Amino acid sequence: VRVYLGIDLGSTTTKAVLLDESGTIVGRGLTNTRANFEAASSAARAAALADARLTLVSHTLPNALDGPHQVAYLRRELERSSRRHRLSRLRERAHALAEKDGPALERATDALFVTLSGPTLDAEAEVSFQDAVLSAAAEAAEFASASESLPYETVMGVFERALVVDEADPTQIAPEWMLEEIRGAAATPLALREAIGQALAEPIAIVGLSGTGYGRHRLPFAKSEIRSEILCHGLGAHLSFPQTRTILDIGGQDIKAIQLDAEGLVTSFQMNDRCAAGCGRYLGYVAEELGVGITELGPLAGCSSCPSRINSTCTVFAGAEIRERLALGEKREDVVAGLHRAIVLRAIGLLARSGGVHDQLTFSGGVARNETVVRMLRHEIVRHYGTDITLNVSRDSIFGGAIGAATFARTESRTAC
Amino acid sequence: MNLVQKDDAMVRQKAMAATLAARQEHAHAEGKKVVYTFVPGNLTELLLSFDIVPVYPEVEALRSGMRKASDGYIRAAEQAGHSEDVCSYVKCDVGMGLSGDVGEGEGKLPPPDLLLLSSTGCATFFKWFESLRRIYGSECSMLQVPYQADGVITADMRQYVVDQLRNQVIPTLERVTGQKYDEDRLREHLRRSREAEDHLVAVLQSAKQHPSPIDAWFGAVYYVGPIFTAWRGTQEAVDYYACLRREVEDRAQKKLGPITPDGPLVEEKFRLVVEGTPCWTNFRELWQMFAAEGAVVVASTYTKVGGLYDTGFRHDPDRPLESLAEYCLGCYTNLSLPQRLDLLERYVREYDACGVVVHSVKSCKAFGAGQVLLLREIERRTGRPGCMIESDLVDSRYFSNAQIRNRLESFLQAVSMRRKAS
Repeated sequence: VRVYLGIDLGSTTTKAVLLDESGTIVGRGLTNTRANFEAASSAARAAALADARLTLVSHTLPNALDGPHQVAYLRRELERSSRRHRLSRLRERAHALAEKDGPALERATDALFVTLSGPTLDAEAEVSFQDAVLSAAAEAAEFASASESLPYETVMGVFERALVVDEADPTQIAPEWMLEEIRGAAATPLALREAIGQALAEPIAIVGLSGTGYGRHRLPFAKSEIRSEILCHGLGAHLSFPQTRTILDIGGQDIKAIQLDAEGLVTSFQMNDRCAAGCGRYLGYVAEELGVGITELGPLAGCSSCPSRINSTCTVFAGAEIRERLALGEKREDVVAGLHRAIVLRAIGLLARSGGVHDQLTFSGGVARNETVVRMLRHEIVRHYGTDITLNVSRDSIFGGAIGAATFARTESRTAC
Repeated sequence: MNLVQKDDAMVRQKAMAATLAARQEHAHAEGKKVVYTFVPGNLTELLLSFDIVPVYPEVEALRSGMRKASDGYIRAAEQAGHSEDVCSYVKCDVGMGLSGDVGEGEGKLPPPDLLLLSSTGCATFFKWFESLRRIYGSECSMLQVPYQADGVITADMRQYVVDQLRNQVIPTLERVTGQKYDEDRLREHLRRSREAEDHLVAVLQSAKQHPSPIDAWFGAVYYVGPIFTAWRGTQEAVDYYACLRREVEDRAQKKLGPITPDGPLVEEKFRLVVEGTPCWTNFRELWQMFAAEGAVVVASTYTKVGGLYDTGFRHDPDRPLESLAEYCLGCYTNLSLPQRLDLLERYVREYDACGVVVHSVKSCKAFGAGQVLLLREIERRTGRPGCMIESDLVDSRYFSNAQIRNRLESFLQAVSMRRKAS
């Protein structure tokens, strides 16, 4: 198959999308952007290619009733295999680093990894490998350091250094050999083995590419292949929801309010400036402060019946704000709901600056995955713009920019032909 | 490597700047009086007729910004108690005062014998000179210029300014300098102002051509330098503007684009109108961002803050005080929001711009207010899109390359997409 690659290098995550020649999405890949843009771009691209192989498998599977089942099984196996390989490579890296500092640190590091496998190999978890492994290690390092009478920071430091090196290694996920491995496993059903074989035999050729996002100038692409994320998000939302006229995108470090015309072309936009208050990073910080996972925040806020009145979305002061409120006796869920509401109010202000909300409104970006934010946004939209606005949110919305970039690659190469 | 092009006008301007710096530094030694005054609504011709050496605090602040010295001055002012939200020109200027008054070219700026406050559209001016008065202990004389709230200059408004000039400002200048007011000298200066203003307008309007031979924001900042400050009303200014005009007309005739920091602009891809002051600390960087995209500013409002000449006003030697009053009342900073909007609309149409960029200044409350409204309204009236970039005058903490570049590129790419689609 001939595919078009779109990469969105965000501040927090990097997204890659592959489109086939008809414009259908055949692969999606997502990775953290912690290490560097080059590594993140390679990793997201590899993940999208792996996903494309799964799409091929699903195409080649006979129309048996359990086809989707088998693909889901394969997806899980692939994720598990990938996590297993990464964990073992991480262990080797950490061991090599610890070795240089004496046997006590070496033993502590090995002990740390013994307790890591469980949570990090859960292939169905919402949490990424990096997040899972980091939080599990933070806990495990307590015991590992105590048992060797070493400072906690020393043990955790070795682990973090190994993780940084590992994240910067673009060869993290190689779908082909992992699929070969699954094909060879005795547990894999016969029909699936055949489908994997066929899918692997099919070459995937990237015939056009386009990049967007904050790191876009670092991509090894020509200037003409670099697109602004505003345009890509606009196009991505237009393709997913053709009636979109206004887009709200809340990502890791910025909020974008974009107005589109009927063809999906950007007519105006506004972004937050100089400060990432009220963005994804804010929620990440709040979660850290409360000691919960970022995906638990929405449900926690959802339990509130009386959100606290919080107007500031300053990330730096969020910790102090939370502690103060809790100390005054306010409930956790109310405080968290208040913080969610503050995010939505900030977004509403930006939408107004960009020219208001016009039907339909598409909400995208990582924060659109938070259901409480969506619910509160819907409430505010009704309050300010009435009940005639359709609000589109899809779980794939995080890929909006990458979809737009891939579409640019596809249309540009068609014009070139 | 880029070949640095130095035209005759540029060489002249550099020499004029050096002359002024020396004149300021040695003013007191030569028995001259020094007056600090603001660019919008300045009375330079009147000051020159008293042999006064003027100093313009905003200009000193922006020069500090351009030579990367402003951040230190701002810190000094903040240590002295000024808030982070105070106008960064003020803090830079106060910081300079507190740090020994090092001016352009390391020369020392003389302390003022008089602070002449012309309140042309900016409310901060009052507090600014209150601060300077405290530092220097000098006298402050105020010229109150009524704001054009209703969008017109009435006879009463003009008379109010003329009366102040006659009854307060001139007697103060006479007392401070010990010289008598000489209206003939003033008329002579005003005649030269008018001549230079004609040349300047021709230079600015050359941007109506395709391609524009000048950049009317980044480039024109240099062009307005002499006429906004101590040179208005002098023969040097007349000669400078005549020379500049010849050079620009020559470029226009040859269909050459403007010179940018990276050499001559090869292809004019976007024609923009800009509202707002440049960011002085990152001036070159910002200009390069525009130039890299082939974006040329064909008209700007900033180049009208020290005098709005392209709508017809000229200093008039036959009506000396009246025309000085009209000059003050008519500066861009003294216009109402609807007037600013009309001017921007006019620029978009007359200069055939494909869009408007608003540079919003973090520490300027006076002109930041209403800018989103301006943008939306211009889009509505002209159908051309607008974009807002945000940083500051001389506080580099508020300049984020990635954010501004992101916005500018997004905007220009959207403009091209729409162009292709139509």
